[in-house]
Amino acid sequence: MFTIRVNGEDHTVDVPADKPLLWVLREDLKLTGSKYGCGQALCGACTVHVDDQPTRSCVMPISAAEGHNITTVEAIDQQQIGRLVQQAWQELNVPQCGYCQSGQVMAATALLTENRSPSDRDIDEAMSGNICRCGTYARIRKAIHKIADEQL
Amino acid sequence: MLLLRNYWLGLSAALALLVSGGALAQSPLFTPIYEVLTHPRCLNCHTLTDFPRQGDERRRHDQLVMRGEDNHGAPTLQCSACHQEQNVAEDKVPGAPHWGLAPLSMGWEGMGPQELCTVLKDQSKNGGKDLQALLKHMEEDPLVLWGFDPGEGRTLPPVDHTRFVELLEQWVNAGGPC
Ligand code: FES
Ligand code: FES
Repeated sequence: MFTIRVNGEDHTVDVPADKPLLWVLREDLKLTGSKYGCGQALCGACTVHVDDQPTRSCVMPISAAEGHNITTVEAIDQQQIGRLVQQAWQELNVPQCGYCQSGQVMAATALLTENRSPSDRDIDEAMSGNICRCGTYARIRKAIHKIADEQL
Repeated sequence: MLLLRNYWLGLSAALALLVSGGALAQSPLFTPIYEVLTHPRCLNCHTLTDFPRQGDERRRHDQLVMRGEDNHGAPTLQCSACHQEQNVAEDKVPGAPHWGLAPLSMGWEGMGPQELCTVLKDQSKNGGKDLQALLKHMEEDPLVLWGFDPGEGRTLPPVDHTRFVELLEQWVNAGGPC
């Protein structure tokens, strides 16, 4: 049994200790916003926040997630910057197929929370672990700059 | 005449090696330790660059991973975003407690045995460790231990950890000669 705090609520799940957090979120808690892309921390589709740090939930065993505050894309609009990111993503039509975008939103929210006027370099260094097979990188960059320039 | 010429050639070669700090002047006790410390499992995170390396080919870490101010990655792309306290995903993602880079002052890339040995012992660079503390670090630190048991698909340093500690003890007991 493991108890994890997700989006402000405690959930107890009866799963093996090495079950990845991503699969607990998706299968046991039915929070399917975080996506499975590679299962090896290579793509970023599964990114959630663990104590506000972007983390690849596909490689984090549930046993390591206990005692931490986990935020998923389902609750990111409860943070001011998360809300701004989602709005800018809609306005600029950032997503193409959308598969990577919940991870992108989580990474961008963490970046803008930490750094309110990121340079292109800062964006590259924060976002390069989030792969987009549709190549929306230019729009992601534009949206991050737009939020920083106009709203923060 | 030929004999004399060979004698002079040999002598000047030996002198040149001594002067350049080459093999003749180097402590044989440190040589096997050097072979371990310069193995990719150690050196990939003891870099002199602002990023870690990966693989036996020591390529720049994928995903534009950075050293960051605290040697644990960019502010919101930390080593711990991916690296857990142990290997995961069938060893494909390596992990150990406090996974991260060694500070720049502890970078060893491109160094020969004597230079590396000197840098290793320099307490202004090694976090204030005397020989005993260096031994303890290399005997017990979980990140060091990972290097000797890195999991499926990764090559190992030339000696196992037990032998490495023996070699270190001999070196430390001899006063850490370079
Ligand atoms: S699914 Fe987690 S990084 Fe790709
Ligand atoms: S929008 Fe399709 S993978 Fe990024």
